[in-house]
Amino acid sequence: MAAGGADKFSVLLPTYNERENLPLVVWLLARTFRESGNNFEIIIIDDGSPDGTQEIAEQLEKIYGSDKIIISLPFLSGTAYIHGMKHATGNFIVIMDADLSHHVSLYFVLKQKEGNFDIVSGTRYKGNGGVYGWDLKRKLISRGANFITQVLLRPGASDLTGSFRLYRKEVLQKLMEKCVSKGYVFQMEMIVRARQLGYTIGEVPISFVDRVYGESKLGGNEIVSFLKGLLTLFATT
Amino acid sequence: MTKLRQWLCGLALLGSAWAALALAPPRLQLSDPYRQALLPLPVYLLVAFGCYSLATVGYRLATFNDCEEAAAELQEHISAARADLRRRGLRF
Repeated sequence: MAAGGADKFSVLLPTYNERENLPLVVWLLARTFRESGNNFEIIIIDDGSPDGTQEIAEQLEKIYGSDKIIISLPFLSGTAYIHGMKHATGNFIVIMDADLSHHVSLYFVLKQKEGNFDIVSGTRYKGNGGVYGWDLKRKLISRGANFITQVLLRPGASDLTGSFRLYRKEVLQKLMEKCVSKGYVFQMEMIVRARQLGYTIGEVPISFVDRVYGESKLGGNEIVSFLKGLLTLFATT
Repeated sequence: MTKLRQWLCGLALLGSAWAALALAPPRLQLSDPYRQALLPLPVYLLVAFGCYSLATVGYRLATFNDCEEAAAELQEHISAARADLRRRGLRF
């Protein structure tokens, strides 16, 4: 429990060139948490964005207060979560994307309370979860990759590459010590290791609104590195 | 035990059971109908799994939700957010 006995939610937002989207995400988070009466803080971890993301973050800090907005500037790339966690004072940590692809949702909090889960994972593949802005080819790749993952890893969660999750703080710390991969394979490894360590995982349908798909296609390189990562997890966990 | 090891153990178990029954020397063989069914069994199972995979992925692809409402709602939220933040003094 956080100080005072009530739950506090620390949202980790790694950003890179999110000057446009960051204020919108922060506004949505603040409003959602305030309306539901939950205590929260937002930790913005900026990786040296050249577009002025840091400056916008500082403005947001003035507007919302420095107890609600914390800015972290990691020295090394790829260590966003570790750095973010150092500042987190909540007992629950929410990880999500800062580019508005993840629809801010209170269901994570509700689901966690419902089953007292250690982890609540957002899934695009179940319930009324889904995506917006993907063509048939992209959906096929997504479903195909997920199917192979399910067959090989039997992870007990329907969406492994999604990165919209809620963790108990101690659980996230423990998992980060154990996980060695990077990028989205890291997200997969977290769930696999969590199952091995006996943590309980609840699922919540999420909407993934892809507004950048038109600009960034899923290339052959990414597919190859996904398969490499999957096979590595298959052989080592 | 890693997933890889689990698979290798499972395959070794099933493989040796199949080999023992299907490739047994003449004196220990099962009767003909059984042998005829058993011999191509691995290939049958592989094909069956292939069909199952195609059907499953096809079904999941067809039922993959398109979140029209979420996208529309997001647009509304964005407008509201921009208006409110401007009022609070944010310089975009």
